[in-house]
Amino acid sequence: MKFSLASLAAQALRGHKDWPEQWRSAEPKPAYDVIIIGAGGHGLATAYYMAKEHGVTNIAVLEKGWLGGGNTGRNTTIVRSNYLWPASEAIYGHAHALWPGLSQELNYNVMYSPRGVLMLAHNLHDEQTFRRHVYANRLAGIPNEWLTPEEAKDVCPILNIDPGIRYPVRGAAFQSTGGTARHDAVAWGYARGASARGVDIIQNCEVKAITRDASGAVSGVETSKGPISARKIGVVAAGHTSVVMAMAGLRMPLESYPLQALVSEPLKPVMPCVVMSNAVHAYMSQSDKGELVIGAGTDAYISYSQTGGPHIAVSTLEAIVEMFPITSRLKMLRNWGGIVDTTPDRSPILSKTPVPGLFVNCGWGTGGFKATPGSGHVFAHLVATGEPNAIAAPFSLDRFRTGALVNEAAAAAVAH
Amino acid sequence: MLLIRCPYCEMERPEVEFKYGGQAHLVRAPETATDEEWTDFLYFRDNLKGVHAERWRHASGCGRFFNALRNTVSDKFVVTYKAGEARPSSP
Repeated sequence: MKFSLASLAAQALRGHKDWPEQWRSAEPKPAYDVIIIGAGGHGLATAYYMAKEHGVTNIAVLEKGWLGGGNTGRNTTIVRSNYLWPASEAIYGHAHALWPGLSQELNYNVMYSPRGVLMLAHNLHDEQTFRRHVYANRLAGIPNEWLTPEEAKDVCPILNIDPGIRYPVRGAAFQSTGGTARHDAVAWGYARGASARGVDIIQNCEVKAITRDASGAVSGVETSKGPISARKIGVVAAGHTSVVMAMAGLRMPLESYPLQALVSEPLKPVMPCVVMSNAVHAYMSQSDKGELVIGAGTDAYISYSQTGGPHIAVSTLEAIVEMFPITSRLKMLRNWGGIVDTTPDRSPILSKTPVPGLFVNCGWGTGGFKATPGSGHVFAHLVATGEPNAIAAPFSLDRFRTGALVNEAAAAAVAH
Repeated sequence: MLLIRCPYCEMERPEVEFKYGGQAHLVRAPETATDEEWTDFLYFRDNLKGVHAERWRHASGCGRFFNALRNTVSDKFVVTYKAGEARPSSP
């Protein structure tokens, strides 16, 4: 079924009773050409682009929970590409270039809204770092500009720029093309597109083991729904990547931490952009429902608890109330955590592994949502052809041996 | 917030007094290490889901490093023990 004005009108006249399922929830077949472990945005996008651009449709996407129920459904939906190094600008820029056309491409409204992203500088170090990012981005053709506190307040009128506050705003880097998108819709849209091309999306199917043949290459997986064989496996398991890779006997340069977020009660429109502050671990935007969506920091220790310590959220809210005094009496409706897989250089890993047939896409850490289309697109190429393209190549596992790290600690926006 | 027992102070103190120090019992790669061994020592970690041996430092207390076994699913500490002691057997 194609969404169009005519189909919307026809369904409206019938009382919205005839909307079909948007994608098939499949049961596993005994064998596939490719297994993708993890039905979040990145895994579903990988399956979608493999089917669309590489003609590989005999794919199973295995998900231990429900579709998009991990970090895809838990993030703060921010889209931007103002990273420092050329390799990062290439991959985040590639993703950013796919966002504006994504709703048309998928025939599914992902509610992409390039409303602008302000990154606040609160001290001299922030200012020097962000100015460097502005210049690097402009050399790479990525829009980014330096704003004075007054100019930042013009962009976001509820911002407090009083120089006497504890974390005064000294200025801001502004990426006017950054913004937000609807996280669930991204997962659903890719699931719908992949399913329509023959991909099986199998929920409640936890991978228990990765099986290997005599040569050491992968031969399939053992799951809670029985064994499934495949010659290629792509692991896109975010915070649980280390757990899955251990099934193939591999350690990873990853540590998993809880990252928290909150939403407030809904308000009338008060916030026309996204505001982020690295120094105080707080960022905020307003959803289309009117809730203020607030991102907090990570806990200090590795954990798979999907909650996070209350003192982390409290310190974020203290900073939010100071930056945006109108929020001081606002009630928070929900607070949750997601498990983020962070690398030593805060850049992702899109790579072959020492195990033939096993590929991994992980390490997006605290900021993977923005990269979903680009990540899926280049990882599909890697799994389908067996070799990374020019965008994915710098993000190999081997960079930790060669020392060619892509250090994005300052651009990752959440201090660790 | 977690309550953590410092094995030197012999007191349970709030988490904010402590700094996390990553996986415990890592042995520094020798000078003769290959690139692969050095990489493994520097960057690769177990990142366990379950009982994890890890270093902590009582930064706002006695300042000393110690080790702990903690369940990374429930975040509950099994036991804390002094640096240099062998890892206790865990349930």
